[in-house]
Amino acid sequence: MNRDFLHAFARNKGAVLGLAIVGAVILVALAADLLFPASPWEMAGAPFGRPLADGMLMGTDMLGRDIASGVAHGARVSLLIGLASTLAAVAIGVLLGAVAGYYGGRLDDLLMRFTELFQTIPNFVLVVVIVAIFTPSLVSIVVAIALVSWAPLARLVRGEFLSLRSREFVQAAITCGQGDATIIFRQILPNCMSPIIVSASLMVATAILLESSLSFLGLGDPNAMSWGFMVGSARTVLRQAWWMCFFPGFAILLTVLGLNLIGEGLNDAFNPRLRRKRKA
Amino acid sequence: MLRFLLNRLAKAAVVLGVVVVLNFLLIHAAPGDPATVMAGEAGAADQMFVDQLRKQFGLDRPLHVQLGTYVSHILQGDLGFSFRQQRPVADLLLDRLPATVVLTLSAFTLALAGGIALGLLAAVNVGKWADSAITVVALLSYATPIYWVGLMLVLVFSVNLGWLPAFGYESIGAGHAGLARMGDIARHMILPVATLGLFYMAVYTRMTRASALEVSSMDFVKTARAKGQSEWRIVTRHVLRNAILPVLTVAGVQAGQLIGGSILVETVFAWPGLGRLTFDAVLQRDYQVLLGVFFVTSVLVVAFNIVTDVLYVLVDPRVEIAK
Repeated sequence: MNRDFLHAFARNKGAVLGLAIVGAVILVALAADLLFPASPWEMAGAPFGRPLADGMLMGTDMLGRDIASGVAHGARVSLLIGLASTLAAVAIGVLLGAVAGYYGGRLDDLLMRFTELFQTIPNFVLVVVIVAIFTPSLVSIVVAIALVSWAPLARLVRGEFLSLRSREFVQAAITCGQGDATIIFRQILPNCMSPIIVSASLMVATAILLESSLSFLGLGDPNAMSWGFMVGSARTVLRQAWWMCFFPGFAILLTVLGLNLIGEGLNDAFNPRLRRKRKA
Repeated sequence: MLRFLLNRLAKAAVVLGVVVVLNFLLIHAAPGDPATVMAGEAGAADQMFVDQLRKQFGLDRPLHVQLGTYVSHILQGDLGFSFRQQRPVADLLLDRLPATVVLTLSAFTLALAGGIALGLLAAVNVGKWADSAITVVALLSYATPIYWVGLMLVLVFSVNLGWLPAFGYESIGAGHAGLARMGDIARHMILPVATLGLFYMAVYTRMTRASALEVSSMDFVKTARAKGQSEWRIVTRHVLRNAILPVLTVAGVQAGQLIGGSILVETVFAWPGLGRLTFDAVLQRDYQVLLGVFFVTSVLVVAFNIVTDVLYVLVDPRVEIAK
């Protein structure tokens, strides 16, 4: 990364705010055990405790569990699943998109029809079906989210490869006798990293929303405290205790907002021409 | 137009075919074979019953034969049997479909109309306070979990202000009929439709704004301005008609996500549609119903896509010429 890029990113107030939010969430996730040494599943006070009562920042839930502790520990699950499923989806998307764009022709046609299909079918319903059938666990959730998230990225990568394939440096590499794999991964891929990084940062946000929706429906990993689960289980007592739903949901909002802001900041910083045009 | 429609229908058939195969593979990939699962759902898992089920559903035959049977059943409208609810899955789905269609169509219309209007308003006032306000609100709505928005709206408008009903499709036992009943249903619809619509409105607002800004800098807009056309006419006739095209494309692609979102919204508002059915099926691990929901929502998505494709042709006559 060069200095121009860092300058452009740092000048974008939204992006810096996003970075601060996400940085704070990561810190809380890492320090969860230090801040709240007791398990978030354990009773910490009287049930239905209001925020700030009994020294509980965010109050307690119907079983007397500390909401603040749940929010801190829930950050781990959200970030872990967001990152892991994005990495998996990026791997699938880059591979299929690169192959389709590099080889073109019938293979490209076939792969793109396949990709379109995954963009059309109702994503969330498919995730719910997969996780329900294979029983909810961190692994099944990550796999299911990755399976429904790679398609847009594959199309993006394919487009980049299609336009880069005919450039001189690729022709030169072919003339030098480099193999297809070398050209794909060493020559072309490094040249389309910026759009991939931008989409990946937005995909983490979407994955976190998906995971929280699954947990909200009761399809989260039963061994991990998560934000969606907290909102889902507090839903029935919304009238008596707003704070049980409010804080975990607000944590999701902040995290996703931060990631989206970072994604947009990266996009602007990677495309200086676009940025200038927007200001004009 | 006819050829265009036929082309789209063929594409739709392919998508649904793949969904059917996917469904078939999923039920077979599940831990334990379908007979054990069914026996479990029926509440009796002894070996004889399992064997009997296996024979009854042809599970002792080769996989491709089973796929053939499965497909022919679906073509006849047989989507399996829910042992939990003791009813055919197709019946369960048909019961719930209207409520979901009403909810998603209303939310879709609200999101598209509101998103295009707000996006255009932001683009026309680029850099001014209206633009900033719309951009910030869209950014926030886009980051909020849809079910949480629903709960917060209930908290404000039902619990605190008492203006709107918090859940259900109509007031039970109120005995409304005719117009009064329609009004009652409409009141129940406001919060769910707003919840589902807001998120997607944010998506379309952002897209319309970006695309309207791009169109505004093009030569034909300058020409229109040079000819002395009124600003209103330039925005509605020249900018809007061109800026709307990419938004329609995305709206079609996102129909699937909208329907997925309705599962969450229906769960929050106890709306008696497919979403509620899904939530109950998840709790009871009723796989037949879940797979049925996946199939029916895919049909809905494909239908939404055909509608948006037709809309696209109506808005942009160039598309058909190009085909």
